[in-house]
Amino acid sequence: MFSYYLQLGLRSLRRNPVLTGLMIMAIGFGVAASMTTYSVFRATSRDPIPQKSSQLYMTQLDNWGPEHIEKGEPPPALTYKDAIALLNAHKAKRQAITYPVGVSVIPEDPSRLPVREGAYATGSDFFPMFDVPFIQGNGWTREDDDKHASVAVISKSLNDKLFNGGQSVGKQVNLDGRLFRITGVIQDWAPQPLFFDVPNTGGFDEGASVYVPFNRAIDLKLPNDGNNNCVAEPGEGWDNYLRSECIWLSLWSELPSKAEANAYRQYIQGYAATQQAAGRFRWAPNTRVRDVMTWLDVQKVIPPESQVSLLVSLGFLVICLVNTIGLLLAKFMRRAPEIGVRRALGASRRDIYAQFLIEAGTIGVAGGVLGLLLTGLGILGVGLVFPEPIARLATIDPVLILLTLVVAIVASLVAAFYPTWRAAQVQPAWQLKSN
Amino acid sequence: MLKMTHLAKVYRTEVVETYALRDFNIDVKEGEFVAVTGPSGSGKTTFLTIAGLLETFTGGQYHLDGVEVSQLDDNARSRIRNEKIGFIFQAFNLIPDLNVFDNVEVPLRYRGMKAAERKQRIMDALERVGLASRAKHYPAELSGGQQQRVAIARALAGSPRLLLADEPTGNLDTQMARGVMELLEEIHREGATIVMVTHDPELAARAQRNVHVIDGQVVDLAEEPRFHGHAAHVANS
Repeated sequence: MFSYYLQLGLRSLRRNPVLTGLMIMAIGFGVAASMTTYSVFRATSRDPIPQKSSQLYMTQLDNWGPEHIEKGEPPPALTYKDAIALLNAHKAKRQAITYPVGVSVIPEDPSRLPVREGAYATGSDFFPMFDVPFIQGNGWTREDDDKHASVAVISKSLNDKLFNGGQSVGKQVNLDGRLFRITGVIQDWAPQPLFFDVPNTGGFDEGASVYVPFNRAIDLKLPNDGNNNCVAEPGEGWDNYLRSECIWLSLWSELPSKAEANAYRQYIQGYAATQQAAGRFRWAPNTRVRDVMTWLDVQKVIPPESQVSLLVSLGFLVICLVNTIGLLLAKFMRRAPEIGVRRALGASRRDIYAQFLIEAGTIGVAGGVLGLLLTGLGILGVGLVFPEPIARLATIDPVLILLTLVVAIVASLVAAFYPTWRAAQVQPAWQLKSN
Repeated sequence: MLKMTHLAKVYRTEVVETYALRDFNIDVKEGEFVAVTGPSGSGKTTFLTIAGLLETFTGGQYHLDGVEVSQLDDNARSRIRNEKIGFIFQAFNLIPDLNVFDNVEVPLRYRGMKAAERKQRIMDALERVGLASRAKHYPAELSGGQQQRVAIARALAGSPRLLLADEPTGNLDTQMARGVMELLEEIHREGATIVMVTHDPELAARAQRNVHVIDGQVVDLAEEPRFHGHAAHVANS
């Protein structure tokens, strides 16, 4: 019977193209608005490292005191002395301190101009901890960390620029006039949100082209290219800066089990207590150890306009559905005589439900196709509302295509439920008598 | 075939109860051609809609082909309508968007019949009413008499045991009415049970038996039935 009802549905839609067009437009526009804003919301709220997000933890420690922080929330980064102390304690499977540095990459060919590239100073654990995908070689080793080696990992894009995409492991890259040996080349890797550097990027950034060892960067006094927050003047010079209470370093730890995470939390709390006992902190230990998704949530990475626009567009979809309900009701009830005849000839209420819901489903499919086209246009226009780093994340993929069609069909069926129920209640006797 | 005993149909509003049928008794035997007559508002169409399971009744009993129908659910009533009853309406009630073939097909679709059998039955029924050549025409392209013939073909296609006709010639001119009436008589001669509601005494006279309804009650069960034939089904199959 499905094909029969489908045939009837299509015939019915062709019978009144204006009404049909209005319903398809209502569904199409409503779904497109929702899906466009959803695509942004999805991009900004997704788990950037789903396979591991529950095992990766960001460490926070209140070294400023209650008068300098808001709502008891410890600062979003660590001082050099705390980060180093926690790293050297080796309380996690893997750990890495990270801070952004800006470097000039100087090509071997003197005729080519130096290029400014985003870079991170970090530890060797960074690469296996974050599952960074390599296309050549590997990250440097812990031994390289300990030896403060001049090594580097570069991105595919930079490898393309410097070495025309060729084999570059073992070759040297000149950063700010200093040579670093390349140990590996990674894909252009920038998980979004860029969870490991939210304080400096807001969560959305193109990522870096170069990674160098943290210890080497400190030796070279490579300045922090991100946020630097101090509650007191750090004093002149690099060493004073390292000794200061300025916060500028992220410390990430890999803790595979909940038990390890809890033990690590206790250790951090104990460390803060030690600092209190030593007189450095004049307040009770205040620490946080948060996994990736909690960290992104606390940092409010999802832009508020993304949430608001999603809510507004869902409201718009509801209004479109209410209109569709009215149009379907008019369309179905105008066919009360036909319903009466069909009931007289043996159609049960279930048959009437099936016929009219399938007809509504065809409107949903058509609305979904229109919605898909409009979603495509909407996504092209996302840049008019959202900043570029966020706008470029909104894309159409098979999941969004499927979701758009499903939402359109489900929305049509929901809209059709009441009109169909009314249609099924048509009393054949009255319809036939009134004729 | 059709037996109603002390049947009542009451329409209730907050302030008034209206009896459409009251202590209504009728017994139509298989193969009979019964005309139900009466003035407008007497309840004869209400009787027909209850007989056709298009409407429920308030009291009494109704046995259709031996089955007491008052407790049947919507599905069962729909199935009986589909398999045992054929309707012929005054206003033809063809579906305007469907061509003749598709109109006749409607009850067969609800019976879940295979396409080949449906086609065979439809063409047989249309040949029976002399409209096989108009299978692809739409109702609006046919005269009133032809539309009523299509409606009769639709009623016959499912080989029902009972044909219910409500003023089948009411919307037709004399010549077309005569043609339709002759067709009904022919169907009856082949064994169909027909119950026809009419207020036309001339048409009523052509039935085997007349039942007169006034104020929702049968007031005069006329003479004994004269059977023409006794086949179980309408003979189009």
